[in-house]
Amino acid sequence: MKPGTTRAACVALLRRDLTLIWRRRGDALNPLLFSIIVVALFPFALGPEQATLARIAAGTIFVALLLASLLSLDMLFRSDLEDGSLEQLVLSPHPLSLLLACKIAIHWLTTTLPLIVIAPLLAQMLYLPDTVLPVLLIALALATPLLSLIGSVCVALTVGMRRSGMLLTLLVLPLIVPALIFGAGACNAAQAGLPFTAPLLWLGAWLVLALVLAPLAAAAALKISLT
Amino acid sequence: MNPLLLWFHKLGSPPYFYRLAGRFLPWLYAIALITGAIGLYGGLVVAPADYQQHDSFRIIYVHVPCAWMSLFVYAFMAANGFVALVWRIKLSEVLAMASAPIGAAFTFITLVTGSVWGKPTWGTWWTWDARLTSELVLLFLYFGVIGLYSAIEDTRQAARAAAFLALVGVVNLPIVHYSVNWWNTLHQAQTVSLMGQSKMDASMLWPLLTLAFATHVYFFASLLTRSRVALLGLESGKEWVRALVNARTGGRQ
Amino acid sequence: MTDFFAMHGYGAYIWTAYGVFFVVLLADALAPLRQRRRTLAELRGRLQREAARDTLSKSALPRSGS
Repeated sequence: MKPGTTRAACVALLRRDLTLIWRRRGDALNPLLFSIIVVALFPFALGPEQATLARIAAGTIFVALLLASLLSLDMLFRSDLEDGSLEQLVLSPHPLSLLLACKIAIHWLTTTLPLIVIAPLLAQMLYLPDTVLPVLLIALALATPLLSLIGSVCVALTVGMRRSGMLLTLLVLPLIVPALIFGAGACNAAQAGLPFTAPLLWLGAWLVLALVLAPLAAAAALKISLT
Repeated sequence: MNPLLLWFHKLGSPPYFYRLAGRFLPWLYAIALITGAIGLYGGLVVAPADYQQHDSFRIIYVHVPCAWMSLFVYAFMAANGFVALVWRIKLSEVLAMASAPIGAAFTFITLVTGSVWGKPTWGTWWTWDARLTSELVLLFLYFGVIGLYSAIEDTRQAARAAAFLALVGVVNLPIVHYSVNWWNTLHQAQTVSLMGQSKMDASMLWPLLTLAFATHVYFFASLLTRSRVALLGLESGKEWVRALVNARTGGRQ
Repeated sequence: MTDFFAMHGYGAYIWTAYGVFFVVLLADALAPLRQRRRTLAELRGRLQREAARDTLSKSALPRSGS
């Protein structure tokens, strides 16, 4: 049997992943609920003063969303490993990095994009000034794909483990520190009336770098942990 | 084959490495102890007190060599990890994984001594100083490598996965350092630098360099000890390990 | 001598820093030795078990053959 074209393989993979996620669409709500609850806890801990909450709003939302998408990262390859399709991906004649890039893209679109959509709601809960909201959304749109890309490499390294949750956090968090610094830093700078383009540009540059390198690294990591 | 390359290949063989390392080890420990003692004497007794920080600057003699070592060991680990992944040399895997705990130990010392030094200098135990924060991230990277290595059961696969993580960390470390620097300048005015930009006097500098040398030698001594033990476990089915254990048991009876 | 240990009031900080340096490096130096003893004991046990099994099978073989 002749293998199909790479494009056909990618389309098939995208369609399959989307179907699988659609069948379990209730799960997609979990990260949303998680981030709303985390953000709602902060006023209880710090008091309801508008000034205090507005001061920490951008950082809190950033941390809550990063943690929420980190929790869902664990599921990136889980079901594929259990039903054996991950090994089929590795064995397929098509470039593994491209197939993984498709999987990462689907994962980001289905779990993290909804988080960005509810970010304005979270911003309202913490009294984030309206002028900062666009910066927050741009920063999140640049930083969360970074987390998915870098996270995918770490997930690929821990893929065979039964309880990888804590370890995954340990592996991903130090690598993601710059995204948090630049993303939340841009929001804080905007809030203070300072120029905020430089950190956003840095985030963008890093995202481009990760877009190229991370799928390749994830493919190499997956091959290491499946041999 | 050229003799140097031949020797290199021979070095990669576990029994040869085990024996050679065993011969070097006592010398390495001795050199590390003697130069360390000289450096400490120079730092604690001979070097004059700093005119600004008085005697508290003497912490520099343990803090800075350890900070240098934390970066050096990471580079060493990543280089060995690279060799292990590309050429699949077993010895490189062992060396990379043996250096991770030593590097974590040096990073930990750097953080604690930096914090202890911060109390008299800045008035607080911890400052989100750019260099200290980078060291903290480095410590987490080390913990990640160690954690991944101990979480995978197959030793060789674990070493390759952890080596890969170390390489990812190498790509990331400059970005971390740059971002932390940027964040630090955004949030607070320049703090008093621990190292000081001014040149150190020779009488203060030589103990520092001596201790840096001693910690390097100590690292290699500890590295060889750990690698020898790891090789024993890894090659436990091989004839040379069998012979070695038998010889030791025979000697004791 | 007490002057030396007091370090003009900075003694507590300096000796804590040096103490941490020594304790951590000492622990680092001792850890592989303990590991080594454990590995060797395990290997010795395995070799002894193998030797015991060999002699057992050798002595058992002629009997089962006769």
